[in-house]
Amino acid sequence: MKTLKQLTTTTLKMNQNNLQNDCPLHKQPDAPQSGGITDETHDEVINRVTNEGYKYGFTTDVDTDIIPRGISEEVVRLISKKKGEPEWLLEFRLKAYRHWLTLDMPDWAHLKIPPINYQDISYYAAPKTKEAPKSLDEVDPKVLETFDKLGIPLEEQKLLSGMAVDAVMDSVSVRTTHREALAERGIIFCSFSEAVRDYPELVKRYLGSVVSYRDNFFAALNSAVFSDGSFVYIPKGVRCPMELSTYFRINAAGTGQFERTLIVADDDAYVSYLEGCTAPMRDENQLHAAIVEIVVEDRAEVKYSTVQNWYAGDEHGRGGVYNFVTKRGLCRGDYSKLSWTQVETGSAITWKYPSCVLAGEGAVGEFYSVAVTRNYQQADTGTKMIHLGRNTRSTIISKGISAGHSENSYRGLVKIAPNADGCRNYTQCDSLLLSSTCGAHTFPYVDVLNDTAVVEHEATTSKISEDQLFYCNQRGIPTEEAIGLIVNGYAREVMNKLPMEFAVEAQKLLALTLDNSVG
Amino acid sequence: MSQILLDVKDLHAGIEGKEILKGINLTINEGEVHAIMGPNGSGKSTLSGVLAGDPRFNVSSGSATFHGTDLLALSPEDRSHEGLFLSFQYPVEIPGVSMVNFMRAAVNAKRKYLHEPDLSASEFLKLMRQKRAVVGLDNKLASRSVNEGFSGGEKKRNEIFQMAVLEPRLSILDETDSGLDIDALRTVAEGVNTLRTEHNSTIVITHYQRLLDYIKPDFVHILYKGRIVYSGGPELALELEEKGYDWIKEQVDAQQ
Repeated sequence: MKTLKQLTTTTLKMNQNNLQNDCPLHKQPDAPQSGGITDETHDEVINRVTNEGYKYGFTTDVDTDIIPRGISEEVVRLISKKKGEPEWLLEFRLKAYRHWLTLDMPDWAHLKIPPINYQDISYYAAPKTKEAPKSLDEVDPKVLETFDKLGIPLEEQKLLSGMAVDAVMDSVSVRTTHREALAERGIIFCSFSEAVRDYPELVKRYLGSVVSYRDNFFAALNSAVFSDGSFVYIPKGVRCPMELSTYFRINAAGTGQFERTLIVADDDAYVSYLEGCTAPMRDENQLHAAIVEIVVEDRAEVKYSTVQNWYAGDEHGRGGVYNFVTKRGLCRGDYSKLSWTQVETGSAITWKYPSCVLAGEGAVGEFYSVAVTRNYQQADTGTKMIHLGRNTRSTIISKGISAGHSENSYRGLVKIAPNADGCRNYTQCDSLLLSSTCGAHTFPYVDVLNDTAVVEHEATTSKISEDQLFYCNQRGIPTEEAIGLIVNGYAREVMNKLPMEFAVEAQKLLALTLDNSVG
Repeated sequence: MSQILLDVKDLHAGIEGKEILKGINLTINEGEVHAIMGPNGSGKSTLSGVLAGDPRFNVSSGSATFHGTDLLALSPEDRSHEGLFLSFQYPVEIPGVSMVNFMRAAVNAKRKYLHEPDLSASEFLKLMRQKRAVVGLDNKLASRSVNEGFSGGEKKRNEIFQMAVLEPRLSILDETDSGLDIDALRTVAEGVNTLRTEHNSTIVITHYQRLLDYIKPDFVHILYKGRIVYSGGPELALELEEKGYDWIKEQVDAQQ
């Protein structure tokens, strides 16, 4: 059995005409009484539910150290100096900055990105504290309150057992919990800045080894101005006993967030890593350009889960975060495994392709994604599976959900190198449309250079049908709750991959209503 | 004296401006089983859809009173909470939503309506177990998605299972016999009979006498061109089986 696919591109678009016809959904039939007497039609409920507000949109008034807007070599030097970095890291930043100057913003994605004035952004903002806080007492209580409000308590005794958290506000890591317990096993989990200070050799060895500063425009920008992030090292043979988690929060206005995450799993190690993010509601757009690099050695396994809920802008498409992220893992070791799971609900614009380079023999790459777009959100997201090693396998499950006037694209590449015998890929791309004014697009690229490969691709497009909603209604389930059930059901294959702590939050996000009884 | 459960008066309804029901009158008392029969296109499924509140249909005039409440003023989910259940002719598939989650949402929505607290997980699972036994549904069903990949028989059995869980006062079985082999038919009918009490009532919509061998009706009505043109006892169904609908059609068409 062998399926070979050449490059295919499909684009689906629902009823563009409805855009001109102002809200045809709201027209009620003329009949005096409709069979199902409800104040709203199903479409209206879908519209309302998919329009609901953002509950993480508050700002915190903390004393913040922000450098003036603009980018230049001086700014890069200033950031490095503020962080007290060694010379080699400054060199790395400067090389990246000089390279960035030669690049233009990528324009190949199915996104309409308004021009961004890179001189109008502040590249460094930090809640003011004396040095790095040694204990919780040294952290500004308002910062703690912020994370508390977000449901991320930083006091260890309050934490869900089995999860260690690194909290990053604006550009700086506020606190990392459970560090001692992890250190006993030789696991390093700290902010990126601390890693540079305490483990310079490790950082030097791996920094930029998976995502070079030459990789793309945003990677170069990040490499020049990145401020903080998380660093994880799991030594040989160690299974990390708890979930590691980083929670990112943009707070200050007019700033960008540029963090870097570096995760290294040595031979036979295992770690599950979670990333969450939110931002205040602001009329202006904020830039987030992050890099995540992961190195997986022989027989090691890394699970990386993201619930991305940056502020998405209001119902007219004003404001929101521009989320331009480069995430890539190198499965360097034989029989290594990297699994990406993402639930993307936030951001005005998302440009993000968590990828796997499967270099070791028998390495496994997985990508499970749910991307929800509503109002005027735009998402162009997917993955790259680069099969270099023999007998490498990859699975891609992508579920797009689009509502309102949003645009939701899956873009993926499956590449099988000439020497990579016996490789296998399975890709499934599904789109669910919740309005007649949204767009769902699939751009699957398949590049097979070895004829022993088996590559499969499946795609579907569907809508929530009136029949499904009425069936739920007849059983007593109100339309709002029914939409939550159906959407969660649609995304179940991906949701099942999330760690428990995240799954509940993600389900609620997906249901878009709060009192949903999905369990 | 038994109480009136459903009272339909001069009900006119249709779809997309086309009138299908042209003055339905129907009174159902507690504890009764009514069969509604009729040729294709006579309006049987429209009647069940209108009573359940399917938004595709528009009611233009008439009334339907359900144990004293104006049924037509209620949303479909409130009709359900008030005790109306429709066993669908074509049960709908909901991929990825397990039967357990679906039924829990349904049961707890009803409890919320009645101002009762949610059932705990263990109470709920116990309820599921009890009711599963009624229709002989196997355990695996609970983890499967709603109707997805079910055979015709399993789908219909699943409808009766849901009916057992929700304990409706009025059940409308819309062509529950269609697509069933004789064994499945018997199982489904046994389930329905087990659930019968002197207080709840059933409307059985069917083309054929066959189902009525198992679910004994108290009354049989013939629906033709959007009206109930003939009502009688169980013997009417046997007569139809023997003579077909033509004699009814001729009579009615002659009157017009």
